[in-house]
Amino acid sequence: MVNKTQPIITVENLTAAYEDNVILEDISFEIFPGEVFIVLGGSGCGKSTLLKHMIGLYKPLVGRIVIEGTDIVTAGETQRHELLRKFGVMYQSGALFGSMTVNENIRLVLEEFTSLPDELMDLICTMKLKLVGLEAAGNMMPSELSGGMKKRAAMARALTLDPDIVFLDEPSAGLDPITSAQIDQLILHLARSLRLTFVIVSHELSSIFAVADRVVMLDKHTKNIVAAGPPAELRDSSDNPWVRRFFNREAPTNLKH
Amino acid sequence: MTSVHRNGVDLVSAAKKDCEGGRVRPETEGGGKLRLIFEGRFDSQSTGRLWPEVAQLLSQSKPKHLTVDAKRVDYCDGAAIALLLWLRRQQEKNKGEFAIEGLREEFVRLMEMLEPQAVEHARKKLGFVRGIVEGLGGVAVNLCRDLYAQITFTGEITAALCRVMIRPRTMRWKDAFIVAESAGANAFGIVSLIGFLFGLILAFQAAIPMREFGAEIFVADLVSLSLFRVMGPLLTAIILAARSGSAFAAELGTMKVNEEIDALTTMGLNPVRFLAVTRVTAAMVVTPLLAVFANLFGLLGAGGVMVSLGFAPVTYFNQVVAAVDVGDFFGGLVKAVVFGLLVGSIGCLRGLQTGAGSRAVGTSATRAVVSGIVLIVIAEGVFAVLFYFLGI
Ligand SMILES: Nc1ncnc2c1ncn2[C@@H]1O[C@H](COP(=O)(O)OP(=O)(O)OP(=O)(O)O)[C@@H](O)[C@H]1O
Ligand SMILES: [Mg+2]
Repeated sequence: MVNKTQPIITVENLTAAYEDNVILEDISFEIFPGEVFIVLGGSGCGKSTLLKHMIGLYKPLVGRIVIEGTDIVTAGETQRHELLRKFGVMYQSGALFGSMTVNENIRLVLEEFTSLPDELMDLICTMKLKLVGLEAAGNMMPSELSGGMKKRAAMARALTLDPDIVFLDEPSAGLDPITSAQIDQLILHLARSLRLTFVIVSHELSSIFAVADRVVMLDKHTKNIVAAGPPAELRDSSDNPWVRRFFNREAPTNLKH
Repeated sequence: MTSVHRNGVDLVSAAKKDCEGGRVRPETEGGGKLRLIFEGRFDSQSTGRLWPEVAQLLSQSKPKHLTVDAKRVDYCDGAAIALLLWLRRQQEKNKGEFAIEGLREEFVRLMEMLEPQAVEHARKKLGFVRGIVEGLGGVAVNLCRDLYAQITFTGEITAALCRVMIRPRTMRWKDAFIVAESAGANAFGIVSLIGFLFGLILAFQAAIPMREFGAEIFVADLVSLSLFRVMGPLLTAIILAARSGSAFAAELGTMKVNEEIDALTTMGLNPVRFLAVTRVTAAMVVTPLLAVFANLFGLLGAGGVMVSLGFAPVTYFNQVVAAVDVGDFFGGLVKAVVFGLLVGSIGCLRGLQTGAGSRAVGTSATRAVVSGIVLIVIAEGVFAVLFYFLGI
């Protein structure tokens, strides 16, 4: 079902650094439309950094990032703008606008990019919040939400414009297993029915096995990819014992799937 | 005590030991051998007490072989492990030997867990002279970068302001009103007060020497001209920099730290247009209004002094009206608009330049006030020259 011919995102020889501190070195991979692609790795190995390079927030030291045929690094202002419209991004910290209610956070995008009538915008807000199970929190300020609720509100905001590509930084961190499973369901549903492409940073083995089509695993020491492929394949037959161990640590619980 | 429980020691005896604290008994053996017998409970308190003692023992005897007898240790926490590791390092440094005997299994494991690996420190160390040279170079580069950032930001904000003027619909007016309220309406009290006091003080100070020449009536000219031409807008702008410039920087800085600016960018909303333009517009509108009030209250303050000197209010009023012409008044207002622009934009720029961490927010707020005041003074100088040549 995943179209293997035309990648929607191509990362080529990406080297990323803060000042002169190189975080990622010579990374290449491809992501295909409708795929749920997960970036794995230890804390501090550069997953969020990779994500921020992919959405064009930072310029890579070396390398190209091509999204839907446009190189996001060298693209002009209008091209970049076009591209950004197709993105939904959820940051690790949520990054909700602190001076606006949850509803206003979601409406903001609608107000800026559509000319829908007020009533319809309200309806869309409630719909999106319902997707993540937060209908009741629409009129709350972000400071009044718990960590997990912030995450979910941010996810609702990322999905507002029905983007082609959704970037999620640790969507299930800080959520209870049931809510986390619901989020997994939502991701799968959107990927399979609307053919959205998901790029997700995650640590949850259970959710990785539940949703991921493919994963890449980053390593802090080599600053590169240590393993790439479908998670079940990596668990059973990776050449790298460390990778096998990583996936097998919770393998017993996965037998239920 | 809960920690004792965790280690599976029965609570009663542990509680007894708890009161005792730890003790160290040295036993000197022949041939440069030292044996330290550790007994009891070693937590951060007793370890802190014993550390100097142990250190002194060690530096006095400089043993070839140091043995720690830990058979009778009931409990040891991170601090005690640190003491043991420190002893080992001291011995390594002095080329001596070190051994621990009888330390319980769980504490050995704790020790392995806690032992810091030698971390490669990436920071390069430079010599003193090279350090200075590099430091100077760094300062110069940063200054140039900052200047560049200010110039590009000014350009960006001007472009954005022009765009708003052409298409007022694209401006978020609601946000601008909120900013105008907090930067303008809420500053009314302080601006009036400072203006009033300033007029009063200026008039009073001027009256004393003027009296020598019997020219007290000209205090009105002096105060009104200096207020309208210079001090009114200047005072207002400095108050604006302190109140709102810092607030803009802190607000945007917090947004930067919380990744909210990143979120705006990836939503395709330009932070300059979205956040800075509203604030700068609000600042540009409220500064002249506030300056008018500063002038007005300054005149009131000076009027109080004049009346107490025995002049009729109407005399003072007529003197002021004769002294100030329209050019003075509007010249001051034009200045105030420019000051508002400068303070507002530097506040937003510093906010958007914020680095990582909550500390950086404080730094940006400070920098916003400092750069704001510097810019105001520079602009004041430029205006002085400009107005002189224009004959205003
Ligand atoms: N703004 C920054 N400036 C300098 N260094 C940074 C910055 N952000 C991250 N780093 C460094 O880059 C490295 C990777 O950070 P990153 O946030 O990408 O990690 P991560 O893989 O997302 O970790 P986690 O799982 O904890 O979120 C870290 O070592 C960190 O110290
Ligand atoms: Mg991260």
